[in-house]
Amino acid sequence: MNAPIHKEHAELATEFVSNRERAKWHDGSLWFVRQKRDRQTNAIPEWETLRELAATIKRHTLAKLPFYLEEFERNATIMGAVVHWARDAEEHNRIVLQILEDHGAKKIVKSKSMLTEECHLNPYLERHGLQVVDTDLGEWIVQLRNEPPSHIVMPAIHIKKQEISELFHEKLGTEDGNNDPTYLAGEARNHLREKFVGADAGITGVNFAIAQTGGIVVCTNEGNADLGVSLPDLHIACMGIEKLIPRADDLAVFTRLLGRSATGQPITAYTSHFHGPRPGCKLHIILVDNGRSKIRASEDFSRSLNCIRCGACMNTCPVYRRSGGHSYSTTVPGPIGSILAPNRDPQNHGDLPFACTLCGSCTDVCPVKIDIHHQLLTWRKELALKKVVPWSKRVSMIFAAAVLKRPWLYALGGKVARMSLRWMPRWMIYNGLNAWGKKRDLPPAPVKSFREQYRSRNKG
Amino acid sequence: MATAKDEILNALRKQIPIETPNLPEVINGNWIRYPDPIDHFSSLIAAVGGSCFVVNHIGDVETQLQNYDVYRNAERIYSQVPGIESHFDLNSVAKPQDLEDLDFVIYPGEFAVAENGAIWVTDKNLKHRVIFFITQHLVLVVPKSRLLHNMHEAYKELEFKEPHFGLFVSGPSKTADIEQSLVIGAHGCRSMQVFLIDG
Repeated sequence: MNAPIHKEHAELATEFVSNRERAKWHDGSLWFVRQKRDRQTNAIPEWETLRELAATIKRHTLAKLPFYLEEFERNATIMGAVVHWARDAEEHNRIVLQILEDHGAKKIVKSKSMLTEECHLNPYLERHGLQVVDTDLGEWIVQLRNEPPSHIVMPAIHIKKQEISELFHEKLGTEDGNNDPTYLAGEARNHLREKFVGADAGITGVNFAIAQTGGIVVCTNEGNADLGVSLPDLHIACMGIEKLIPRADDLAVFTRLLGRSATGQPITAYTSHFHGPRPGCKLHIILVDNGRSKIRASEDFSRSLNCIRCGACMNTCPVYRRSGGHSYSTTVPGPIGSILAPNRDPQNHGDLPFACTLCGSCTDVCPVKIDIHHQLLTWRKELALKKVVPWSKRVSMIFAAAVLKRPWLYALGGKVARMSLRWMPRWMIYNGLNAWGKKRDLPPAPVKSFREQYRSRNKG
Repeated sequence: MATAKDEILNALRKQIPIETPNLPEVINGNWIRYPDPIDHFSSLIAAVGGSCFVVNHIGDVETQLQNYDVYRNAERIYSQVPGIESHFDLNSVAKPQDLEDLDFVIYPGEFAVAENGAIWVTDKNLKHRVIFFITQHLVLVVPKSRLLHNMHEAYKELEFKEPHFGLFVSGPSKTADIEQSLVIGAHGCRSMQVFLIDG
């Protein structure tokens, strides 16, 4: 087994929680968004019906994906767009570069797109001498800090306003020590306006692509995607092949679910429907596989392709909230990311399905009914079979299986444990071998086991 | 050599077919309706940082807007609503970048949706769709009779048969990317007024 290329989740999470005050603040910020979500969803009596419909539409689309991809390509072409296909990230990046070069574009404004993050498009374009500016405020902040987003909807959720103020002061020359979010966002607006007006091309992601009409839908709150593609005469839209929906009518379901689930808004401020380019302009749409067809082939994990990237599973996850997005070392962190990443690279991301308490809260909030925590449990099994699980976990499982197979051994083990927990010195219980004893004490051992209590209760 | 398209499609087609549920009905259904949709819509517009006014005729829009300093002092106004005058002819503007200093846009919304405070606008008969986003302030005028209850009614109205741009807009542009503090006026408009008008 090769050594992972980055630190494990548990190690990065330990670093994150070592700053207790900050970890608490991070946890609270995300829980606040989760509560906003609850207020919105509780106000819709048919919420559960919508989730069921969305899941059914996604399952249907996925089953007939080749059909809908071709239907989309045909109709988008009729509308005047140019459709490209990319097998993987590298091919996607090459296509984007080619389009930009053919167009003579040097300065590019980009709106949030997890797909281009996944493909590492920015560094690729920069290596080829192009200037790329992320225009979503949160993404721009992390771009200036030279780090990846820590959340798919709120990329800068891990950063404090004092740090943003310092960053802007250093990079843009804003007032030293002015931490007012309105002031800071206003300065960003002024600065980015120049970028928008001077841009040669705009790149966006895609929230939904409609097979029946050949249109694409992009949702933002800031209006950055729209500004970025309504000024320059070239729009490149990058999408994973799972973003398709069959009919425009299906948007009635998805637009109701997305904003409410993501940030607790009834709808995003801008929900833009692009059918073809502006007159005299160009619209290119790139359909990217990059491992998605492989996930579709898996009976266990194909449902994870239902995902509409709302981020609700992250906001509710007790592990994500207390360990931060960067601890996952993946483009999509949190519960859904922990399903997607091991598909791509089990060696490097095999620890993620274990960064989960199996509480099931993610599954409860998922607007497209992905059985997230069940899939994470399935991953653990797969990874154990593939032997990508660390030896300590495998050995303890063999040991546990041996004990649980023999009731007498289990009863004896329990007795010994109850005795020793009471009498053993502290250092023998709490040491490097007991991962469960880190940062917490075991509960006091009861005098009698459950089975003993049960027996005496039945007698009495 | 097989193209990327062929390879992707072939890979998908070779897979064991997954169970295919039928596409469900999504337009007709028992969806939320409001006893007073105007009231619900207005409160949502306020909640997302905009203002909503219910008026009798187009003259009232202008009267209300005159209350705003930013409107009285506006140097560049574009209106596509009959009865409110534009400061200039949009068709004579060559490049969208030339609209950088646009102060106000007054535009007809085709319909509005009570459940989420969204208004549908399109770029039909509009040379530069950037006006929706580049303007400092956006005013939308929608007939009261065109206030729908929910998004299912909304998509029932929509057809995408020819190339165009259409947009649900709900409130001014906003961001909460700095410590979850809501800031109105991110990249798009800084304020939005909606007028529901008789008719």
